[in-house]
Amino acid sequence: MAAAAAARVSVGHLTLRISRVAPDCSVCPFNRLNVCRNAFTGGTKGRALDRFRTPNRNLQTSISHYHLADHSNAEDLDDVVNVVYVDRSGHRIPVRAKVGDNILYLAHKHGIELEGACEASLACSTCHVYVQGDYCEKLPEPDEREDDMLDMASGLQENSRLGCQIILTKELEGIELTLPKTTRNFYVDGHVPKPH
Amino acid sequence: MNRTVQKSLFFIVKSVRTSPSNTAGKLHAWRGLSTTPDPPTKVCIVGGGPAGFYTAQHIIKGRPDVQVDVYERLPVPFGLVRFGVAPDHPEVKNVINTFTQTAQHERCRFLGNVNVGKDVSVDELRQLYHAVVLSYGAEGNRSLGVPGEHLPGVYSAKDFVGWYNGLPYNRELRPDLSHDTAVILGQGNVAVDVARILLSPLDMLKKTDITQAALDALANSQVRRVLIVGRRGPMQVACTIKELREMVNLPETQPDMLTDDFHGVNEALKDLPRPRKRLTELMLKALREQAGKEAHRKWGFRFLRSPLDVLPNADGTRAAAIRLALNKLEGLGDEARAVPTGEVEEIPCGVIISSIGYKSLPIDSAVPFDPRKAIIPNTMGRVQETTGLYCSGWVKRGPTGVIATTMNDSFDTGRVLLQDLDSGAIDISESKLGAQGIAPLLEKKGVRPVSFSDWEKISDEEVRRGEAQGKPREKMLDVQEMLSVAWA
Repeated sequence: MAAAAAARVSVGHLTLRISRVAPDCSVCPFNRLNVCRNAFTGGTKGRALDRFRTPNRNLQTSISHYHLADHSNAEDLDDVVNVVYVDRSGHRIPVRAKVGDNILYLAHKHGIELEGACEASLACSTCHVYVQGDYCEKLPEPDEREDDMLDMASGLQENSRLGCQIILTKELEGIELTLPKTTRNFYVDGHVPKPH
Repeated sequence: MNRTVQKSLFFIVKSVRTSPSNTAGKLHAWRGLSTTPDPPTKVCIVGGGPAGFYTAQHIIKGRPDVQVDVYERLPVPFGLVRFGVAPDHPEVKNVINTFTQTAQHERCRFLGNVNVGKDVSVDELRQLYHAVVLSYGAEGNRSLGVPGEHLPGVYSAKDFVGWYNGLPYNRELRPDLSHDTAVILGQGNVAVDVARILLSPLDMLKKTDITQAALDALANSQVRRVLIVGRRGPMQVACTIKELREMVNLPETQPDMLTDDFHGVNEALKDLPRPRKRLTELMLKALREQAGKEAHRKWGFRFLRSPLDVLPNADGTRAAAIRLALNKLEGLGDEARAVPTGEVEEIPCGVIISSIGYKSLPIDSAVPFDPRKAIIPNTMGRVQETTGLYCSGWVKRGPTGVIATTMNDSFDTGRVLLQDLDSGAIDISESKLGAQGIAPLLEKKGVRPVSFSDWEKISDEEVRRGEAQGKPREKMLDVQEMLSVAWA
């Protein structure tokens, strides 16, 4: 990886080409788990190809629909969208993102603890986020299937959405997304079930 | 260390040792896979399902000095994600990718084919590990408590689901699907899954990982009407809207519900919280539209009915009908209670599936267990009256909720365990052997663990077999077969 890193710093066009060949950290679960070996061992352990080998996926996912590969380090300012995540302890994490980025995978890329158990297939509610104020209206209406999944989320609010369904546009500049506090009580209205 | 280097080492170790082809020699080879010692802090997790893996994930992420070993009784991991989630819900199984990444992490080790409670005791684990997390789920079920419930033809939903999902324990179930009516008791998501699998067009099921045996049985099934029976009313139903919507939209089927069951429901709608409201509205819509349909396969809820007894056929050899008490509701919402009216009804049927809840069982006499609630008594995941013993998932909370619920719960336990490591409540200065200490114990019992890469061989073989049928995989139904593929 040392060679690749050096190339990244250098000439523009060369950088682009190498980036496309290199593994995409934003979908890499090692990165998501914050256990990317590159990050804490210094990056020389093992061969790069082995480290980034994708698991054998025989399962249906919709990753390809929602994720655009990170092609450039050269920033096209027209494309930039600034986003703020507020994590479960209340820390604000500003993120510089791009038009077309998916809120779930963007969070993974930046080590924000948003799970996406079903990998954006509208089969879980683990990427549940609260959308700040007026940005709610700027988002397209949720699909009926998204609403069905949101019904299962704990702490459901008016401004609840699934992160995997939010795709950034210029209009969403400055959007703030708050991660709900995880609670042990999974009934959406706070109810604790009693045996009957 | 990376896999290629690992594999080379394995072969070197294997050839250098003049190992007899006995279990002991093979275990040494397994132990020899890691030439670097495990990190100093040792945690083990009992149960390789969602709770186990999510707890492992949280702990591994939380501290760089921790090794997490996940023990699983079967040779194959993933618990109910493999054996409980319906075959036509493959996206729900995507979470297996997350678990796979955790298992392949250098500080995680999967040990399948090890029965904690039989091959090794919880006390023995506590000698070898700084902390032990019990996440072994719920392998029993609640019984109906009515006469006739043990007649042939009455199955627990847990066993029926295990049967179509290839759980080795349930491979001989052979449910009798020769009568046109099936009655399911209970109205949660498991009940609705069972109804859907019983009535789904075969073309849809053929492309899933449902077992071939189940597919063959369903192809010959005479079941045309499935009734999903519950003690209370439409506003107390425990299933969720995604599953209900799937039933409403199921091709070649139609709803068959009773208007009488819905007294007062329309009027109560406006006061319901959103999730309950949307669910109830969907039910009402299905009821309204059912008259206009003409499908040959029907399904319907039957509300306000409790099982009284299962009636046998003439020679008493199997179930032939179920007798139900009719109820009325006292109280509102989730607090409403079912009270018998004195009226009774009989439904002739050939198969009765009891879907009233799974139940955890005690694993080991040394571990506290609450038989009334059927969970391990705990405070926030710390097992009561012990140190260094934790629990997560259904055995901690009770057997309800979806994967996301278990995920949050597992993270809660993980958080508490990490706190205890950080604060010194667990003394990590005392060194523990971990997996190194387990190996001789297992050798003595003639038990050989299945590693994660062994599981991958099983999985690859299942996928290969499935390809021939156009299925994502054809699951192996026999533990011995799994082991011989794993260790080939």
